[in-house]
Amino acid sequence: MAIRERLSGNEAVAIAMRQINPDVMAAFPITPSTEIPQYFSTFVANGKVTTEFVPVESEHSAMSACVGSEAAGARTLTATSSCGLALMWEELYIAASCRLPIALACVNRALSGPININCDHSDSMGARDAGWIQIYSENNQEAYDNFVQAYRIAEHKDVRLPIMICQDGFITSHAVENISLLEDKEVKDFVGEYDPSEYLLNHDHSMAVGPYDIPSYYMEHKRQQAEAMKNAKQVILEVAAEFEKLSGRKYGLFEEYMLDDAEEALVIINSAAGTAKDAVDALRAQGKKVGLLKIRVFRPFPAEEIAEALKNVKAIAVMDRCEGFSSQGGPLGAEIEAALYRAGVKALVVDYVYGIGGRDVRVENIEEVYAALDEILAAGKVEEPYRYLSCRD
Amino acid sequence: MSIDFINENINWKDITPGGEVYEGGTAAEFCTGDWRVSIPEYIADKCKQCLLCTPACPDAAIPVVDGKRLDFDFKHCKGCGICAKVCPFGAIVMKKEEQ
Repeated sequence: MAIRERLSGNEAVAIAMRQINPDVMAAFPITPSTEIPQYFSTFVANGKVTTEFVPVESEHSAMSACVGSEAAGARTLTATSSCGLALMWEELYIAASCRLPIALACVNRALSGPININCDHSDSMGARDAGWIQIYSENNQEAYDNFVQAYRIAEHKDVRLPIMICQDGFITSHAVENISLLEDKEVKDFVGEYDPSEYLLNHDHSMAVGPYDIPSYYMEHKRQQAEAMKNAKQVILEVAAEFEKLSGRKYGLFEEYMLDDAEEALVIINSAAGTAKDAVDALRAQGKKVGLLKIRVFRPFPAEEIAEALKNVKAIAVMDRCEGFSSQGGPLGAEIEAALYRAGVKALVVDYVYGIGGRDVRVENIEEVYAALDEILAAGKVEEPYRYLSCRD
Repeated sequence: MSIDFINENINWKDITPGGEVYEGGTAAEFCTGDWRVSIPEYIADKCKQCLLCTPACPDAAIPVVDGKRLDFDFKHCKGCGICAKVCPFGAIVMKKEEQ
């Protein structure tokens, strides 16, 4: 029986964590994810969970504690944002290469500097090559649903990789919206018990984790890790199908909105997709063939599926809420263009850097992007493939 | 699964995830003494079996059997020379590693 509630994104994720009742949480507060460990430590204090809460002195220590705890055989999670995620940098790679299925609630925030506490995706995009599964959420409902699905994906024997569930700082994390929660028992049964085949605290079977890897072995380990990331795609879909049976809510690798007959499309991540859907509705009402593709799974990157979904679109704007300083556009732009090129899809593509450092994204701003796609389509070419949206000239 | 399972012919499909080793004490199997520049020589005639050298070894390269030290375990000795410094009887001398 679904529970109707109204919650912020941070509360929603904290409740998912309570329902999962993990063995260990190690966390350090940072805006805008601070509320997640704050709510969760209240659950610990009130005996709502049996989790060992480790209040560490930095995010470097938080992820280090997570690595040790998960290797010991304990289901472990953490939450962070922005510079906190950046301080975990070294351990993110260690967690992934040691194949430890840690879950991390990432509340997306700009990286310093200049110092800024508001939403953009430069934190998790900076960690995109660390070997973590990355799943993004448009709103509080998706953040909750994605977190409930997280361990089933991460702990799967064909995967064994850490997972990051991302949502937009403040816009999603602090805005209160309606939400449908699952019963505690439903979540517990869905997630199940963590049963690793090998773990450090198994006194019947000793093991070593994270040994020095000489050149004769390192490459084989990386190749195997890459295969696990490939495997994650199928597992994500299987877990989503099972979750749909439980909740009635359907998830894929991405969401297609009005894309079937679209001539122009946006590719976008997280909360601004909701704003962009309003723009699509308004333009569709005027008879324009516009649509959008909202990325849910960024790692592994579903390149073949995205190219298939976009194969009939004539002009595409890839929306990057992150600067990449490649001088060619943001990271999503590069990935989408590579996916289209490999699949032989010859759409006209423009990459927009938008909304960084919390710059407001309104329906009319998104309509400007579709208007730009009209011009590109009329011209039959892209004059400036790397642009800024809503930046004062 | 023993440590022998991991060798330089193993492919990426069979290698253990993250390089996990499913056994304890496996450092004994791994030769770490092949980058020595100095090598200790054990002069048994001068040795009084005081065993001051054994705990001074930062590795475990001085085997002790039945309360008596044996010659060095050159598979693990790095040639640091600490044992030669602590020996009161001149029973250990450091030489240049020739190999």
